[in-house]
Amino acid sequence: MSGAHVSTTVNGDAVQFACPNDESLLDSLRNRVGLTGVKEGCGTGDCGACSITLDDRLVCSCLVLGVEANGKQIGTVEGLADGDKLHPLQENFIKHAALQCGICTPGFLVAAKVLLERNPDPSEEEIRYALAGNLCRCTGYDKIVRAVQATAKDLRKKSKKKS
Amino acid sequence: MRYEAPNNTKAAATLLAAEKGKALVLAGGTDLLVRMKAGMLEPDLLVDIKHIEKMRSIAGGNAGFTIGAAVPGVEIGEHKALGKLWPGVVEAAQLIGSDQVQGRCTIVGNLCNASPAADTVPALIAAGAKVVVVGKDKRRTVAVEKVVTGPGSTSLAKAEVIESIKLPKRERSSGDAYLRFIPRTEMDIAVVGAAVNLSLSRGVVKSARVALGAVAPTALLVREAADAIIGTKLDDAALETLATACSAACNPIDDKRGTIHYRTKVAGVLGRRAALIAFDRAGGKR
Repeated sequence: MSGAHVSTTVNGDAVQFACPNDESLLDSLRNRVGLTGVKEGCGTGDCGACSITLDDRLVCSCLVLGVEANGKQIGTVEGLADGDKLHPLQENFIKHAALQCGICTPGFLVAAKVLLERNPDPSEEEIRYALAGNLCRCTGYDKIVRAVQATAKDLRKKSKKKS
Repeated sequence: MRYEAPNNTKAAATLLAAEKGKALVLAGGTDLLVRMKAGMLEPDLLVDIKHIEKMRSIAGGNAGFTIGAAVPGVEIGEHKALGKLWPGVVEAAQLIGSDQVQGRCTIVGNLCNASPAADTVPALIAAGAKVVVVGKDKRRTVAVEKVVTGPGSTSLAKAEVIESIKLPKRERSSGDAYLRFIPRTEMDIAVVGAAVNLSLSRGVVKSARVALGAVAPTALLVREAADAIIGTKLDDAALETLATACSAACNPIDDKRGTIHYRTKVAGVLGRRAALIAFDRAGGKR
């Protein structure tokens, strides 16, 4: 198996790694870059536990090859918090008990962040459709949806104050 | 396995032609990487087409759109002019997978994956779309309905790669629509898909194309269904004839998603509903 040397940017930092050509970006991020927030659920693009952003687009990292990340901008759940200060989504997930086992949570956070950047005031239906690519076997989704709605409200208030 | 990311289509075709082992094109990878992981495919060479500038963009307008083979679903959904003129094609593309999958999947990949249940294929056939196929030494343009030859197989030669999809000139008073039936609301594979594209002249259907998915080994262009509504204002009798023609064209399988009987019936129902939406989008009044 021949391999590649990959230069990429992860959560704003320049990162380099070497990987076999057939390795998924999910495995590269976990095993070579050391970012274990990205989880493997199904490995076939159905569950969304490995969600990341690739050049600002939401993708499943299990459906991207590590070598394809060369020259790209990657965003993972590790990039959400600002030092010790959690992202409003993370705070609301805790506040609304939107997680139990936690395996799906990084994927939900990344997907919800992309949603709110694109649509600051989503309806419940829009939230449910936008998160349809993320599976959770614990919560029954309701608390996740509430946490996203609460975050949207908080962020809208914040941006109003600013302006 | 070698990985190559050429920056032009000819180089991609040349790489494919030169490989003695199994060479495959990597577009979005949402089907290919799953199959590789499952051990169903073991390529010796992957040719990533996402670095080919020509394949990365959507160009054109009323006179005809060209959609590059590496354009992901999310960009098709964001393209306002395309969505205005070809809402049926766009809604079919947007039905594929989750937002995560939309970030990667391509309509040319959906076509070349050659699933009988592919959502974009009936919509593209109804639209009269063609694909630009590039080989090592020559290019050809072929109608979408000629690409898929059976489940998982296409008419493309080993060293050929699809560069783009071309949508024809859009006549005034035209509309298209794609509907699929799934038992869930999201993230599922079509039990039946139906696409209708039509143009009106003075409120009467002047031309139409009707296509069905998931009811035969390949997506079907159903001429009898189109003939049933041409020259009409989509009155109930015309719609009934269209529905009957859709059902008659079906040659489905029984599987966990639906029985032969059920798929045959639903094909008529969806064909009729898609025709009504396309007619409304074209500005028609019944």
